[in-house]
Amino acid sequence: MSDRKTLQVQRISGHPGPVAGAGTQRQEKLCKLIDTTTCIGCKACEVACVEWNDMPFQPTLFDNTYQTMPDTNWNYWNLIKFNEVSNDDGSFQWLMRKHQCMHCADPGCLAACPADGAIVQYSNGIVDFEEANCIGCQFCVSGCPFNVPKFNPSTKKVYKCTLCSDRVGQGLEPACIKSCPTGCLHFGTKEDMLQLASTRVTQLQQHSGMKEAGIYDPETIGGTSVVYILHDASNPEKYGGLPKNPRIPIAFTLWKNWFKPIGLIASVMAFAGVILHYVTEGPRRVQPQPPVREIDGGEARKEN
Amino acid sequence: MTNGWVDIKNTDMMLIMGGNPAENHPCGFKWVVEAKRNRNAKVIVVDPRFTRTASQADQFLQIRAGSDIAFLGGLINFAIQNKRYNEEYLVNYTNAAFVVKDGFKLPDDGLYSGFDANAKTYDKSTWNYEEVGGGAAPKPAPGSPAPPPMLPPNVAYDLSLQNPHCVFQLLKQQYSRYTPEMVERITGIPKDQAIKAWDTFTSIRQNGDIKKAGTIIYAVGWTQHSSGTQTIRTAAMIQLLLGNIGRAGGGVNALRGHSNIQGATDMAGIFDILPGYLKMPMPADTDLKAYLTRTTPKSSKPKEWDSFNYWSNTPAFTVSFLKAFYGDAATKENDFAFHWLPKIDRKYSWAEIWDDMYAGKVKAMMAFGMNGVMIGPNAKKNIDALKKADFLVVCEIYPDETSEFWRAPGITADEMKKINTTVYRLPGAGFAEKDGTFVNSARWLQWKWAAVPPPAQCKLDQEILARIFLKVREKYQKQGGKLPDPILKVSWNYTNPNNPSLAEVAKEINGKALADVTDQKTNTTIKADQQLPGFAFLRDDGSTTSGNWIYCGSWTEAGALTQRRDPLDPSGLGIHPNWAWSWPANRRVLYNRASCDVNGKPWDPDRKQVWWSEAKQKWVGNDIPDFKADADPKIHMGPFIMNPEGVGRLFVPIGAVADGPFPEHYEPTESPIANPLHPNQSNNPIAKRFKSDVDKYGTVDQGYNIICTTYRLTEHYHYWTKNNPMNVQLVPEPFVEIPAELADQMGLRGGEKVKVTSARAEYIAKAMVTKRIKGMMIDGKKTYQIGIPIHWGYRGIAEDEGKTARIPANFLSPAVIDPNAYTPEFKGFLVKLEKA
Repeated sequence: MSDRKTLQVQRISGHPGPVAGAGTQRQEKLCKLIDTTTCIGCKACEVACVEWNDMPFQPTLFDNTYQTMPDTNWNYWNLIKFNEVSNDDGSFQWLMRKHQCMHCADPGCLAACPADGAIVQYSNGIVDFEEANCIGCQFCVSGCPFNVPKFNPSTKKVYKCTLCSDRVGQGLEPACIKSCPTGCLHFGTKEDMLQLASTRVTQLQQHSGMKEAGIYDPETIGGTSVVYILHDASNPEKYGGLPKNPRIPIAFTLWKNWFKPIGLIASVMAFAGVILHYVTEGPRRVQPQPPVREIDGGEARKEN
Repeated sequence: MTNGWVDIKNTDMMLIMGGNPAENHPCGFKWVVEAKRNRNAKVIVVDPRFTRTASQADQFLQIRAGSDIAFLGGLINFAIQNKRYNEEYLVNYTNAAFVVKDGFKLPDDGLYSGFDANAKTYDKSTWNYEEVGGGAAPKPAPGSPAPPPMLPPNVAYDLSLQNPHCVFQLLKQQYSRYTPEMVERITGIPKDQAIKAWDTFTSIRQNGDIKKAGTIIYAVGWTQHSSGTQTIRTAAMIQLLLGNIGRAGGGVNALRGHSNIQGATDMAGIFDILPGYLKMPMPADTDLKAYLTRTTPKSSKPKEWDSFNYWSNTPAFTVSFLKAFYGDAATKENDFAFHWLPKIDRKYSWAEIWDDMYAGKVKAMMAFGMNGVMIGPNAKKNIDALKKADFLVVCEIYPDETSEFWRAPGITADEMKKINTTVYRLPGAGFAEKDGTFVNSARWLQWKWAAVPPPAQCKLDQEILARIFLKVREKYQKQGGKLPDPILKVSWNYTNPNNPSLAEVAKEINGKALADVTDQKTNTTIKADQQLPGFAFLRDDGSTTSGNWIYCGSWTEAGALTQRRDPLDPSGLGIHPNWAWSWPANRRVLYNRASCDVNGKPWDPDRKQVWWSEAKQKWVGNDIPDFKADADPKIHMGPFIMNPEGVGRLFVPIGAVADGPFPEHYEPTESPIANPLHPNQSNNPIAKRFKSDVDKYGTVDQGYNIICTTYRLTEHYHYWTKNNPMNVQLVPEPFVEIPAELADQMGLRGGEKVKVTSARAEYIAKAMVTKRIKGMMIDGKKTYQIGIPIHWGYRGIAEDEGKTARIPANFLSPAVIDPNAYTPEFKGFLVKLEKA
């Protein structure tokens, strides 16, 4: 058990000041690798996710597709997106992509979140929600470029995939990885996963005629802890809305990168001003009471 | 499977057809992915729909349901034309060189020689090999029936394969008619696509390459047709031509749809066999000797070759089986109780049992482990049949459609009151509540342990069956009866007769010695009362028992080999010799002698399975050699030891397959076109149709112009999981998959209800409009196919809440059965499609 590491917090949402203990323990960046070229859409990962996280069942509706529901839900964090794609060259593809939180290096949800400690990023790359601290403002929903966090109206909190931080913290792989029958899902250090992905992409290009095969690890958000191998990396949108260049909405980057620091500077300046004022002016002295202005005469004052 | 699940990882080439393993066998599909990832193996998928499996294919071809033989026949033609075969294998390991009798005729007009149009059967006497120096067969005495045709002991042959009547030349002639143009007309696959696929598959034999191996993977998409057996035969012939059988990464691999369907088959869950594929006795078998003479083959081969003819041990297997069944009551004097076995006078297959019940001949049914009114064709007839029965016993874990058949859609409250069938429901146990073995598609017997005890008053199957049996026996004891011995004398020596442990039953199936038995070759002796280590010890003198000879060796003195869980795989070929136990003899790849050339050297030195050791003068290897251990390659013994010829059969003689020595394309019973090969003999002439008033068959002229096929989904397990909220969440309700092009013509949108009508019934569900099924040109006619998953009926979570359609899909399918395996034609029948 000694080699099992506990999770180490790296970033905290809405938190002023430094993260306690950050950088005191070295931990590898973790990564889930999803090889969409070997996904058969069996939904074992969907079931494993629901069962491990003890999620309540919900009725679904027939929607002209094999896909379980249109999008992930507060109680359904892992969804395979099925897409029938007719390509320009006349070829046809039935693409299946496991959709869940991407655990961005630069998480839009965390940037957007104003609640102290509602969203944390661990040093291994996992971005996790601490529901106890969630204030239900749903800024994270708007902050996410992948439309992942989902609001539960009855608890007024937001939920999403945790990359099984509870399992990973105990040295286990996430539940989806364990359930995958074809080996389409891999889990390990980001370095190893990128290595594996690059070997596979080379194979797809050289032996399967997939010239555009590639890795999806978008730099625009600093990379992700969930990485895809795509048959056609030139067009990730056809995999059920995978953005080519995901970005955190400008409002939140402004908030995080400008307004918050400016606000912080402003408050520091204000405090410094106060100190300066104290130094220069000294403590506030008791001022002589101004004379009471008599409006309605002594009678009225007495009643107060 | 001739090979096994794990072995698929060894392949270079896969043809997946008549099966959708990514959908129905997702765990096994990992080996397909491994082969792709580790060996750059190619996958060709041929299916009526672009399936989950197709999404993984290097090439996908959309085929018309029921035209598989045409596509495969075209492949044979292509392989022969382009010399893409393993000639050494072909000449030495198949009957390509054997000369066929003069009177044999190929089915240019749709019929082989010997057809009797009135009886709709074949006289198979010309479907045989020419005998060396063979004169005319001895004439039967006047008045006596002609003796059944026999294989000649010395077969005429021509190793140059030039004799115009040798099997190879006939094969070439037969499939020369399956030109790319003809295949396109029949299957709807554009000929350039077909040629590309044939070229890819046979590329493993390009330029004389003999190292590579290709596998053919199929499931019930091939079997569920009126020519199902012949489709699988065609696959076997392709694999013999290319020299792929017996080899790692090769073989003809049937994927079984249930966890233990292989075990059910092995243990004779079919009317015409006894356990271990022994033949069922017939009334003509007047005694054990007559039965054994009929069922024990005599070797038939070129004089200079040798044949192991393993079925020559049939007497030892049979007598050991009878000893297991009747114990001490089976003696030499009473023919080992042979007379107590039932003799079958005709076919008693699934569709026939229901037809008999519908006709009032079968009065009662015990339905265990199956949902009888859901799984058969023309299922409404089954419900009507049950209305006429006296009683029905159902053992299940859920209330199912069979045990509540009176609730079927269309039965009014008044009608319900008139049904007098008494239904008994027995509370069975679920799979996780039972121990015992599952036999998987790879023939592995894997013991499993019960995870939880059965809840409440639920009982294990063996307890329910034992209690019924003991009660029946008690009645016979008290009341006598016409023939009590078969019941009274059954050996029932279990510690708890009311609830035999499956460990005891498994040991009984393996078998033991009743007296000391010595194997002369290895000079080992098994003492009386010891478990037998293998079927080589079985005797025909009553000194051994075995409930199923092919399982002999699974529970020995060393214990339950089925419980082994050692994952080691020293050869790296996925053999895992100490993981569970596979029949026969823990052998993982059948016919593995054929993985070597005639001199006993592996075709591919990188995938060495077995080989001849000059030093040890015997066959050795990573797998258990499937051969006579000391047969020096010089004696030229054939590797296909279960055939009396010792070689693989491209041509099947004397009616081992009822509808012809070579497979021929016949149209499905309900087809949109006349057979382009021979319009006057469009369908399989000997496939059985039923004649009751509710057995109707539709035609295009009646307006049934759409091809319909049925199948299963990953998200559901047959008719069970509609009772499980998780599965219901994944796919909540039934649907009909409809090509987008057809939907556009109909003005139909996804989610709208459609009515599917066959000659037998109507089916209403929501439309799933998809681009994954395209319109096809079949013999010049624009044709559409639709598909229906079969999982829903009138009992289940959504059904009980009234949220979903309630009609079983098999109300639509026709009762017509393949003449060999008696499998119904669930795939490729005709319907009309309308908006509902």
